[in-house]
Amino acid sequence: MDFRLSDEHEALRETVREFAREQVAPVIGELYEKHAFPYDLIRQMGKMGLFGLPFPEDQGGMGGDYFALCLALEELARIDSSVAITLEAAVSLGAMPIHRFGTPAQRAEWLPRLLSGEALAGFGLTEPGTGSDAGGTQTRAVLDEAAGEWVINGSKAFITNSGTDITALVTVTAVTGTNPDGSKELSTIIVPSGTPGFHVLPAYSKVGWNCSDTHELAFDDCRVPAANLLGARGRGFAQFLQILDEGRIAIAALSVGLAQGCVDESLKYAHERQAFGQPIGNFQAVQFMIADMEMRAHTARLAYYDAAARMLAGQDFKRQAAIAKLYASEAAVDNARYATQVHGGYGFMNESAVGRFWRDAKILEIGEGTSEIQRMIIARSLGV
Amino acid sequence: MNIVVLVKQVPDSGAERNLTSDDNTVDRGSANNVINEMDEYAIEEALKIKEAHGGEVTILTMGPDRATESIRKALSMGPDAAVHVVDDALAGSCAVATSKVLAAALGTLNADLILCGAESTDGRVQVLPHMLAERLGVAALTGARKLTVDGASLTAERQTEEGYEVVSAATPAVVSVWDTINEPRYPSFKGIMAAKKKPVRTLSLADLGVSADEVGFAGATSAVVEHSKRPPRSAGTKITDEGTAGTQLVEYLVTEKFV
Ligand SMILES: Cc1cc2nc3c(=O)[nH]c(=O)nc-3n(C[C@H](O)[C@H](O)[C@H](O)COP(=O)(O)OP(=O)(O)OC[C@H]3O[C@@H](n4cnc5c(N)ncnc54)[C@H](O)[C@@H]3O)c2cc1C
Repeated sequence: MDFRLSDEHEALRETVREFAREQVAPVIGELYEKHAFPYDLIRQMGKMGLFGLPFPEDQGGMGGDYFALCLALEELARIDSSVAITLEAAVSLGAMPIHRFGTPAQRAEWLPRLLSGEALAGFGLTEPGTGSDAGGTQTRAVLDEAAGEWVINGSKAFITNSGTDITALVTVTAVTGTNPDGSKELSTIIVPSGTPGFHVLPAYSKVGWNCSDTHELAFDDCRVPAANLLGARGRGFAQFLQILDEGRIAIAALSVGLAQGCVDESLKYAHERQAFGQPIGNFQAVQFMIADMEMRAHTARLAYYDAAARMLAGQDFKRQAAIAKLYASEAAVDNARYATQVHGGYGFMNESAVGRFWRDAKILEIGEGTSEIQRMIIARSLGV
Repeated sequence: MNIVVLVKQVPDSGAERNLTSDDNTVDRGSANNVINEMDEYAIEEALKIKEAHGGEVTILTMGPDRATESIRKALSMGPDAAVHVVDDALAGSCAVATSKVLAAALGTLNADLILCGAESTDGRVQVLPHMLAERLGVAALTGARKLTVDGASLTAERQTEEGYEVVSAATPAVVSVWDTINEPRYPSFKGIMAAKKKPVRTLSLADLGVSADEVGFAGATSAVVEHSKRPPRSAGTKITDEGTAGTQLVEYLVTEKFV
């Protein structure tokens, strides 16, 4: 029974922490205000090998594991969530499906650039008309057998990393037929950026995650080679469920980072800020807010460590991942609220880190499965 | 090119640092110990030279057992191997003694180029590179902000207060660098994993043929006899501009000997 990190995981955690403090922290405030995608930081993260963390070396990866990715996400999000979600979506949603379900040719074509961070991939599941209910997918792909091409029509909503200058492709889920039981046959198809008929609409104006890239996508008789089918036809549903189960651990790690960042900033401010002739950290009301924040961050961390450990041991981790994601995202939202409170009026200013944390926290209870969906998964796993 | 980089473990300069009360040396036990910042630039420079010209990069550290953490971290950036000089008798060594020990260790390493930081953030005496070059009988190109390697010839831009000087020497030579020379890389996870398997050779004073009374407290050429905490910052002088603020400012700078 041991939750201490191995020397290598600890060294990675420290390295990413140094990077986040030295390189991300000084520039993120301005990028965030400008809603600018952090190209230079992404390039540096690519050089550090962060985009290749959980992939084997023979695929161009770093030979680490999914837990290593989670540690990196936590340390990045401790400083900024936009940068962290860019990495999370690029690795967990972008490259991982190709690594896991791709043919040798598809892997050879895409993974080298994705794992080095030179290129990003998006994952298009959500649509304007359906999110949690992925079975409600409307986007259709019809195989034109004569031409050997899929013809895609429909649209996708809120797709991360789909419209940057370095986005290479988006994998989309689409209805490709009807199953014998009458349900929709869902498949996943790789659509390279720049394919005629694939339109990236202007970036959304978001409440937070300002430096993360999010677009609505439209497919208008968009044709891609039949060979761009990712994994077996009709396996789309099962594939993204698997990807999302793991992704929940990553989002939990990212949430823990934000929750811990709230503790870091609040501690600093509690020592510095004077009121009634003393540091506000002398007031028990402030001490207790910080104590509760630390308790939530710590507990949430243990929850994601446990889910990751089960996953790496090849055990069932679905419930534990849902618990970690649910608890950690709620901890992040609570901590952002209290950290802002500790900072008083300054916390409501965009220039304060906790102001950013506050804006960035809420999406964690929504993306990659809402809190309600997590509760449904937990309840279902308990047999109710 | 066979490059040796000197790496020292120091207390983190970002955190509070203290001297111990019993022997007036840096309290390394309680501090968070890190690689001396300037040494990371020396490592990066060595790796860049290796990438361009081939060769091998070896880390050389003198320090207590605990310094292995810093050696592993240095190796995770990419060097091939490390040598760790460790001996209880080394505690309290002054710069002169340190240069003696490092010179003895370098004698076993056959280096074409010895790279190091221009200063360490704990001692800040900036004399070690010169002493080392003197002991080895090789050139010292110190305080480099740029280094060019052309075969066996080294050319450095030496940073000075007014600008820079261009100096050159043939290998072997000692080159010390400032943080203006490059941007050190962050270790990758692959580098971290690989560092575990890289050879680290430990050498004692006996291995180097240096006797214990030439080093440590016993052989120190200087000793700190007393220390006290820096007094808290006193309130500043406020000058309100009533037409003569410029003159007052200059007068203040002159009386405080800033100009
Ligand atoms: C910034 C951002 C980035 C995103 N990136 C991506 C991406 O890269 N790829 C991608 O595919 N998607 C992405 N999404 C979409 C995200 O995953 C969805 O928004 C999320 O899954 C919720 O879907 P929805 O918005 O359609 O909400 P809905 O499903 O419409 O849910 C609305 C509300 O109803 C509740 N609800 C729904 N069904 C039930 C039920 N059965 N029982 C109880 N309550 C229920 C929900 O919990 C929620 O409270 C992103 C979203 C955002 C905001």
